[in-house]
This record gives sequence, C-alpha cells and structure tokens, in this order.
Amino acid sequence: MRGLLLRELVLAVRAGGGFGLGLAFFLIVTVLVPFGVGPETETLALIAPGVLWVGALLACLLSLDRVFQPDWEDGSLDLLATSPLPLESLAAGKALAHWLTTGLPLAVAAPVLGLILNLSGPGGLWLMLSLAVGTPALSAIGTFGAALTVGLRRGGLLLSLLVLPLYVPTLLFGALVVTRAAGGQDPVPPLVLLAGVTLATLAAMPFASAAALRVNLR
Amino acid sequence: MALSAVLLPWVSAMAAMCLALGLVWGFFFTPDDFRQGATVKIIYLHVPAALMAVNAWLMMLVTSLIWIIRRHHVSALAAKAAAPVGLVFTMIALFTGAVWGQPMWGTWWAWEPRLTAFLILFLFYLGYMALWNAIDLPDSAADLTSVLCLVGSVFALISRYALIFWNQGLHQGATLSLDAEQNIADVYWYPLIICIAGFGFLFLALVLYRTRTEIQARRLKALIARDRAV
Repeated sequence: MRGLLLRELVLAVRAGGGFGLGLAFFLIVTVLVPFGVGPETETLALIAPGVLWVGALLACLLSLDRVFQPDWEDGSLDLLATSPLPLESLAAGKALAHWLTTGLPLAVAAPVLGLILNLSGPGGLWLMLSLAVGTPALSAIGTFGAALTVGLRRGGLLLSLLVLPLYVPTLLFGALVVTRAAGGQDPVPPLVLLAGVTLATLAAMPFASAAALRVNLR
Repeated sequence: MALSAVLLPWVSAMAAMCLALGLVWGFFFTPDDFRQGATVKIIYLHVPAALMAVNAWLMMLVTSLIWIIRRHHVSALAAKAAAPVGLVFTMIALFTGAVWGQPMWGTWWAWEPRLTAFLILFLFYLGYMALWNAIDLPDSAADLTSVLCLVGSVFALISRYALIFWNQGLHQGATLSLDAEQNIADVYWYPLIICIAGFGFLFLALVLYRTRTEIQARRLKALIARDRAV
C-alpha cells in the first residue's frame, strides 16, 4: 500500500504536466471569471465562493482520466490486480494519491485566489478548510468514475458526465461553508455535513470502485 | 416472453383508457381553481409524470440489484429499457412544471429543491444511458451500469436532502399523502388518481415493450453469431 502510494506520487511528479496542470487550470479559471462578469468588487465577492469551488471541482476532474488509464494501457493494472493487495485498497490508494497531487494543492492555493476575487477575510480560511475537508470526497468519487470508464475509448467525456452529478452534495455544502463564513454567519453546520458526506464517501467508494475494476479487468 | 405477450395489449389498453378518461375528465369536467384558474389542470400531467420519473429510477434500482445478486439477464435488460422512459417522464415533469411555474410563480425556472432535484435526476438518467451505450460487452455493461445505478441512488438521495438544506422551496406541500387528513378536494382528486394510474400503466407498457425488443435483439445477435460459427 505504501509502495503503491509512493509509486503514484513519484509518477505524478516525474511525468510532468499532470501535477501542476490542475493547479494552473484552477488559476486560469479564477482569473477568467472577472473578465466574464466584470470587475466590480462587490459582485466578485458575492460569487467568489461558488466560483472557487466550481473551479477546484473542475481542476479535480481534469486529472481523473489519468488515475487508471496509463496503468490500464501498459498492463500494470493487471499486475496490481493480481498482487496480494486487495482491489479495494488499490482503489483507496489511488484515490489518496490523486487527492495528494490535486486536492491538497488546490486547498492550499485557494485562499490566494480568493484574494483575487475579493473574498472577505475569514472567507479565505474557511475556503481552505472546506476544500481540505471536501476534496477527498471528490477524489474518491472520481476514482469510482475512472474505474467505471477505464476500458473505454473516449472515456474522458463520459467520465465527467457520470461524475459531475455525484459531486452535487459536496459542492453544495462546500460552497455554503464559504458563503456563510464570508457573510458573517455560522459556517460550522454545513462544514459538519460536508465532513459527513466525505467520510461516507471515503468509506463506501473504494468498494464500488473495486467492483467496477473487477468487471473491467475480466 | 409468453406472459408479457399476453399482458402487453391489456396493459396498453388500460393505459390508453385511464389516460383518456383521466385527462378528459381533468381537463374539461373539473372547475377552475379560484386562485390558479385553468392552469391548475397542468397537475394532471405534472404530478403523474414526476411520480413515475422517480419510480422509474426506483425500478431500475431494484432490477439492478436483481441482476447483481441473481444474474438474471431479463432484469438487466428491463433496467436498460426503463431508463429512456424515465428520462422522458423527467422531461415532461420539468417542462410542464416550467409552463405551470411561469403564470404561478412568475418564473420558468427557480433554483428550488424539488426542481433542482429533478434536474439532477435528469443528469443521472443521461449518464446511465451514456454508460450503457459506451460499453460493447453486454454483460460488462450490465454490471457497470448496475453499480452506477446503486451509487447514483445513494447520491441522488443525499442530494435531495442537501438541496432542502440549501434553499427553501416554492412548491406547495404534498398534495397526496396517505396520512394527511385533508388532501386535495375530491373533484380534482378522482381524475388525478386515474391519471396517475394511467401513467403507471403507460410506464409498464413501454417498459414491457422495450424489454421485449431488447430480448429479441439479443436473440437475433445470438442467432447471427451461431450462423457465423457454423
């Protein structure tokens, strides 16, 4: 398990592109929004939580088709499946690696981007917190989507169609945390619900991913 | 196949009868509502369609479970057959809702829990059907879509309650509930119940018909494969 995690991380860093690309995408989306809606700071502050959360979500989605696809193409996925490691652990490890290389950097970078969009003081901190709590769920759900579509040509587009509706509860609670914090309300209740969604997802999703992988490796 | 062949005409006839009776009764022989006027009559399409849109997904969930547990092929095909029907019912519910919402709420669309939940259901149907179409091997497709259906059901439920937390609704409370003392007035209630029954039969008829088509398509494929092998 640790070996797998190390391998994934080393691959992500050395393969180039994949690691920083999500972050760069997040940056570009955030920078583009003011061109679309205009430079008024009040408007930007109002929509900042939603824009940042949607941006993070899309950045997460961007790297999902690389979770299983390279291993599938060069056959190492079969090797991993026949190793003593259960498929559930494989799926969990892949999700964790995906989170460490996309979700975590996004959460750390988000407050800076929040400044660009004029997100008010406590909002940035809560944004980081909500992303740190919510993005593991995005990675786990995304890994499930990647497991479903691993053998398919043009899997990437289908992947987003399958995965995005599943992101609704996470996005909803996550953005609500930030909106409430920026508006001076109590952000804890949605944060707790967000954590609940994340924990349930982390507990259940590796099994669904493993089931899908088993079918695809048949 | 033999049973469904016998059932299909009867179910179709029941659907046609109930729909004709319920809709004509509802549209032409009920009084206008004193506040909503004639627009209240959209209820005879809106409520049954919405009800069946949710029930179609429920049926897919059950048939997916049967496929996963018992590997019954017809079950997987029935789930596949139900998806487009459910999608169309969802579209009918959304469309009639928009047409009704425009005069009543002053807007075609509001980000309101029930509307949004149906939009998400619509997306789930789309993803489910896209996954069926994308996979070539029929058994793998059945397996993967079943897993997606299970996961999707859980997330659809979570989304439903998350949306209630997110925004207050414009919808009125439940019109028909078994434990309420005062439901909708009887003049509207009888045609509505008949319409709901009609949509139920319509759904059943369409799913039976589509499942039969799927079975025949699969038999045909098997025959062709056997011919090639010989």
